Formats: sequence, C-alpha cells, structure tokens
Amino acid sequence: MNNINQNEPVMGEQERTFGAPIMEMKNITMRFGGVVAIQDISFDILKGEVRAIIGPNGAGKSSMLNVINGFYHPQEGEIWFGGEKRARMKPYQIAYQGIARTFQNIALFKGMSTLDNIMTGRFTHMKTGILSQALWKGPAEKEEYENREIVEKVIDFLEIQTIRKTEVGKLPYGLQKRVELGRALAAEPKLLLLDEPMAGMNVEEKEDMSRFILDVNDEFGTTVALIEHDMGVVMDIADRVVVMDYGKKIGDDTPEGILNNQDVIDAYLGVAHD
Amino acid sequence: MYALVALGFVLIFKASGIFNFSQGVLALFAALTLVGFQTGQIPFAHLLSLFGIHATHWGAGFPTVIALLFSLLVMIGLAWLIVQIVLKPLVNQEGIILFMATIGLAYVLEGVGDLMWGANVKMLDVGLPKGPSEFILDTTDMFIDKLEISAAVVAIILVILLTLFSAYTKMGRALRAVADDHQAALSVGISLETIWWIVWSVSGIVALVAGVMWGAKSGVQFSLSLIALKALPVLMLGGFTSIPGAIIGGLMIGLGEKLFEFYVGPMIGGATENWFAYMLALLFLLFRPQGLFGEKIIERV
Repeated sequence: MNNINQNEPVMGEQERTFGAPIMEMKNITMRFGGVVAIQDISFDILKGEVRAIIGPNGAGKSSMLNVINGFYHPQEGEIWFGGEKRARMKPYQIAYQGIARTFQNIALFKGMSTLDNIMTGRFTHMKTGILSQALWKGPAEKEEYENREIVEKVIDFLEIQTIRKTEVGKLPYGLQKRVELGRALAAEPKLLLLDEPMAGMNVEEKEDMSRFILDVNDEFGTTVALIEHDMGVVMDIADRVVVMDYGKKIGDDTPEGILNNQDVIDAYLGVAHD
Repeated sequence: MYALVALGFVLIFKASGIFNFSQGVLALFAALTLVGFQTGQIPFAHLLSLFGIHATHWGAGFPTVIALLFSLLVMIGLAWLIVQIVLKPLVNQEGIILFMATIGLAYVLEGVGDLMWGANVKMLDVGLPKGPSEFILDTTDMFIDKLEISAAVVAIILVILLTLFSAYTKMGRALRAVADDHQAALSVGISLETIWWIVWSVSGIVALVAGVMWGAKSGVQFSLSLIALKALPVLMLGGFTSIPGAIIGGLMIGLGEKLFEFYVGPMIGGATENWFAYMLALLFLLFRPQGLFGEKIIERV
C-alpha cells in the first residue's frame, strides 16, 4: 500500500499491478454553447488503480467526471466501460452499471439520518417491487435487513457509528464528506468517482480521508477516480494522474512523472507568453 | 376533511418541493370519475353527441368496490400523464415555475372533468354510515356525523401507512431523497420520473379518498375544488412539510371555524366561516411562519 504520510519513510513499497482498463475515454469533446469544456481528451482507468484528475480551476475536471457519470453527454467521442462501448443512457442508469460518486459541493439528503443516507446508496441493489414494499412483508423485509447489514459494515469501516442516527444537515463539514463517501461505498461500485474529496478539510481530516480512500482501494479492490486540488494528497495516493488545462490534456503519467512535466509546471505556476 | 386535502399537498410538497395547486381539483376529478364508474356514465358523452352518438350510459354501472378500483387505476394513469406531459419538460426549473404549472393543471383538469363527466351535481354514495352518531349524541350531547368520524379514521390510517412507508422502505427513502437533492438521487440510481409518478399516484389516491368523503357529504360538484383553498390555511397552521401537522391543522380549522361561527358569529353578523380560516392563517404567518410542526428554516451564512 502506498504511504500517505510524506514524513514517514516509505516502507515496503511494492510494485502495484493493475488489470485491464475498466473505463476508456476516447476522444471526448464536450461543448457548452461556444465554450469548449473538454477538448479531444482520451485516457483510461485501469481496474484496481487510483486515478487522479488534476488541473487549475476551470480546466474541465468536473465536466469530465460528469461525463463519466452520465450527467453530461459529450458531443464527440466514445466511452467504454467494462470492455463495452457505453450507449447514451440516463444518469440514474449509470448507477446500475456500478459507478458511484461523491460531489464537490456535498450533495447529501440533508433531512435524513446518516443511516438513511447510506441506505439510499443500496438503492440499485434492492429489487423488490413497490407493492411488496408497501406491504412490508416477505422478500421486502428480508432485503431490507440484508442491506442494512452491509450499510452497518460501511458505517463501521468509516468509523461513523456515533452519528448514525443524526440528521446529516447538522453534521460538521468533514463528517458530511465522510457520509457522502459512505453512500457511494454502500453501492459497492466497480468505479468510485470522487469530486474533490478533500476540499475544505483540515490536515487531520485530509489524512483520514486519504486513509479511507486507500483502504477502500486496498481492501475491496475498488477502482477510484478522483479530482483533487491538493497536489500533496494526489502525489501520495494516486497511481496515475491526468492533468487538464483549459479543457485539454497536458499530461498523463505517474505522480513522479507529472512533477517533472514542463507543461504541467507551466500550467500550475504560469508562464510568460511571448 | 380539510386535513385529507391538506395531506395531499404536504405529500407532494415533501417529495418534490412543488406546491401542488391542483390537489383540490384532483379530489374533484377523482370523485367525478368514481361516480361515473358507479352510475355507468360514458365519458365524453357531450363530445360524442357531436358525432351523432347519443348515449350517456352504457349500463347499470359497477358496484362500489370495483368502481373504486377503476378510479384508482385512473388516478395512477393520470399521475403518469402529468409526469410525462407537465413535469418532464420542467426538470430543473425553479419551484415557482412548477407551481404555475400546477395552477394550469388545475384548470385543465377542471375542464377535462367537466367534459368527461358533465357539470351537474351528482350524488355519491359509497355505503358509508351517515347521520348523527347516537352514541356520542347521548353521552356528550355533541352532534357529530358518522361520516365525519369515518373521514377522521380514514385520515389517521392513511397517515400511519404513509409515515411507515416513507420511513422504512426503499421507495420511501427514495422519495425523501428526491425531495432533498435531485442530482444526488440520480447518482445513487433513483429515477426521478418513477419517483414523481409514485408521488403523484399517491396524492391522486389521497385525492380520491378526500373526494369520496366530501362527495358523500355534500354531493359531487365543482365547488369541491374550492376546498383546496381552505387547505392553504390548514397548511400554514400545520406547517408545509409535516404530515401530522396537516391533520391537526385540518382539525383546528374545521373545529375553529364552526365554534367561531357559533359563539362569535352572531355578534358580528355571521358568515364568519368564509374568512375565519384565512384570518387564523394570517395570524400564524405573522407570529409563527413555519407553522406548528414545520421545519424552522435556518439559513447558514
């Protein structure tokens, strides 16, 4: 496992190996009116890796995530998921494919408890019909209990037992972010998308979150794609990094490779144009 | 009685954030449909007569239970139509626009109801007990119609069922999820269309119950849709998001306006029933805008 704390010596760093691409983006172009948010970008996400997308503000990172998630439909390009070309589908159908996500600005169900929020993450796994649910008997009841068990595991995993009955609107920011991660985890996704999971957190919270992300990746083998601003965090947890700037891909490499990429350095530190 | 209509309002408001102005007309439409099925009316008889078909009835009609069942199906179908025609094109629009749409829907439904079943006042009898309850009359000297008692019982049962449904089932959770955040709901795999359909079906069913009760009490007529307006003060009392609030607010308005008419009415010339509810609502808006059971809105700065 990668080490998250820069100060500690790297122990037993082993070569991480990944499977076939779980997701391939091929020549994606996405325009909003005249604005080109994503311009002809291709990259892949390998099974089992932690893939980061970084870039300055307005680079098109969140648009990219929304394309993967099915909220946006790119004008050009193909999306391949699990070895198949993905047909245009509605956002809620993407969830059934095994893609779960969190949002940059926390999108939790504020009036509901932590437990209920995470239970909604099980939505795609609960199959009983509405009539059976209305009667609350037989399969519906059994299903409810089974899924509840999985949710309890997620709660234990994220160490949020104490707030399980609390209305999430009342929780502090860092915990809300954690609950949101829990909701995505409860779906047992094949691909987990995280939109700035560390935004607005203090150092301690960031370390916790990094640990959870790495543990998820390590223990469940979940493939993770994340957007992040904090370069330190990205360097620590990502296996490979895509760098975007003004809708274009300017780098795609390991974290170490990215640090030495002149285009990336220019984009981040600015460069005099002549 | 007011509570039943208010309940429909609260349901849709909670589940979709839309204030549904057409709830009253929905109740009217449901009652009309039920009577239509019961008496074996042919829908759109007036229109058909334009084409030279002069038949208004196709037989003796269905027994009450089957008519109720068919009306139920009609309300569910209607909910689907509303979602497809009215709501789907308005996804991601502001609440106020959706509200306007439901006003339009109210008028359309009223017109369609008229066209389908005719505008005459109809009797509705579903076999509920009527007349004063002798037991209560004897023991407490109060005059309470049996019909009112059954309405209250039905309302309470409905509330219990709906509360349980929304708290302990997958769909119930999904309903609350959609009300809170559309995007997040989509991201966990909840289809907005399906949820809206369910919400509107449920409120259609509540409307059917309300329509049956009112219809049985005072006949099915188009003024039925006006009770929707009385439901507004009920909501202001109870709070827009509280189901128990709708019930208690309904009782308070219903009881309050009768008592006020009886005790204070003669002193100021009567006819207080027309405005009492609104005055009370106004007072509540001044001193407790969120209602008795509503969520207090605290804006984080």
